[in-house]
Amino acid sequence: MIRKTVSGVTEALVDIKDNMTFMLGGFGLCGIPENAIAELVKSNVKGLTCISNNAGVDNFGLGLLLQKKQIKKMISSYVGENDEFERQMLSGELDVELIPQGTLAERCRAAQGGFPAIYTPAGYGTEVAEGKETREFDGKMYVLEHAFKADFAFVKAWKGDEAGNLIFKGTARNFNPCMCGAAKITVAEVEELVPAGTLNPDHVHVPGIFVQRIFQGKNYEKRIEQRTVRKKQ
Amino acid sequence: MLDKNGIAKRIAKELQNGYFVNLGIGIPTLVANYIPQGIEVEFQSENGVLGMGPFPFEGEEDADIINAGKQTITTMPGASFFDSAMSFGMIRGQHVDLTILGAMEVSEKGDIANWKIPGKMVKGMGGAMDLVASAENIIVAMMHTNKAGESKLLKKCSLPLTGVGCVKKVVTNLAFLEVTDEGFKLIERAPGVSVEEIKNATEGNLIIEGDIPEMILD
Repeated sequence: MIRKTVSGVTEALVDIKDNMTFMLGGFGLCGIPENAIAELVKSNVKGLTCISNNAGVDNFGLGLLLQKKQIKKMISSYVGENDEFERQMLSGELDVELIPQGTLAERCRAAQGGFPAIYTPAGYGTEVAEGKETREFDGKMYVLEHAFKADFAFVKAWKGDEAGNLIFKGTARNFNPCMCGAAKITVAEVEELVPAGTLNPDHVHVPGIFVQRIFQGKNYEKRIEQRTVRKKQ
Repeated sequence: MLDKNGIAKRIAKELQNGYFVNLGIGIPTLVANYIPQGIEVEFQSENGVLGMGPFPFEGEEDADIINAGKQTITTMPGASFFDSAMSFGMIRGQHVDLTILGAMEVSEKGDIANWKIPGKMVKGMGGAMDLVASAENIIVAMMHTNKAGESKLLKKCSLPLTGVGCVKKVVTNLAFLEVTDEGFKLIERAPGVSVEEIKNATEGNLIIEGDIPEMILD
């Protein structure tokens, strides 16, 4: 067994530097690497390019990095719910590349799986396809989209083991598995870190080969963006 | 004239047994409340769940189980969770039978604009571009005119496009229309709405053939 465990978030992020490109898992605030984000805020690294489906909210998630102006460029599919983001984008302080959500996932997966690029129908005929190669297959038009290149992927899972194997819970899975192994170094934080041999290999969602560092995270807030409920009869 | 729930109710009549359906945010979400009796459908949410159920009971909400609108949800028996790449594989691979989404503008060619107002609103396209580029069957749910009273069914969209030539049907507060090679074909009128009113509210080419029936909602 090849051990991937590190002592905690500080050791896991020891070699992050200014101007790096990071992938961050999560959909809205669901399944985001809360510990890694807190450490990035603390470390004060700047000039970052962040690949993440969303940009957090004003006072949580990637919004915390935006507040401190640590992010130079965001690559996302949906960035509502964040006033500071909107302000920085409209003022030109922040460079923003908006791309279709499925394209974002597939550009991660291409990087993970050794494809330099993929063809997708998403965005054909729109401004997303401007300047990109397009091609017809069986009478339908597709856009060439390149695999991402990133220095670190920060992902969050529910359970993990010493070998870096990961299991996710509910819709907190989202982009996290696609980003594992898609960057030079993948750092996984988990709610529960267990000894190797504890997880049933049949139940593993992401094999440890895609994860370089794993640690048990602390103090998860798991904020809910839209608390929608119904009354008990 | 229909309200938002009326639009959802009419669209729900387009559901067929065994359909996998993706519902967009806004009016489309309401369609889940009007599934016709005797029909089984499963709702997909692109953040990674198939078999989405109603909102949880108070106190049972789980931060790890949400829909694409970031709302807390529950799952139905037979539900599954998956990652974003697989989720969009379902969509691009046309395993999802029907997509229902809102729009700011639709053109007579079936183009749709719903993600950006330059200089004003830039929230991003989310999954909308993947959905409209891939789905075989797309129904748009929207008001016939904007707040200024201008038609949203146009010859050509003025806003940045989300997809080209993809919309098949449009249900508005005034009418049910199909997008054909010649333009918007009027299929049904909303209750109490005249053909004349629909004509006046439609900028794109409107095709009216014979008597146009009024919608039956129940």
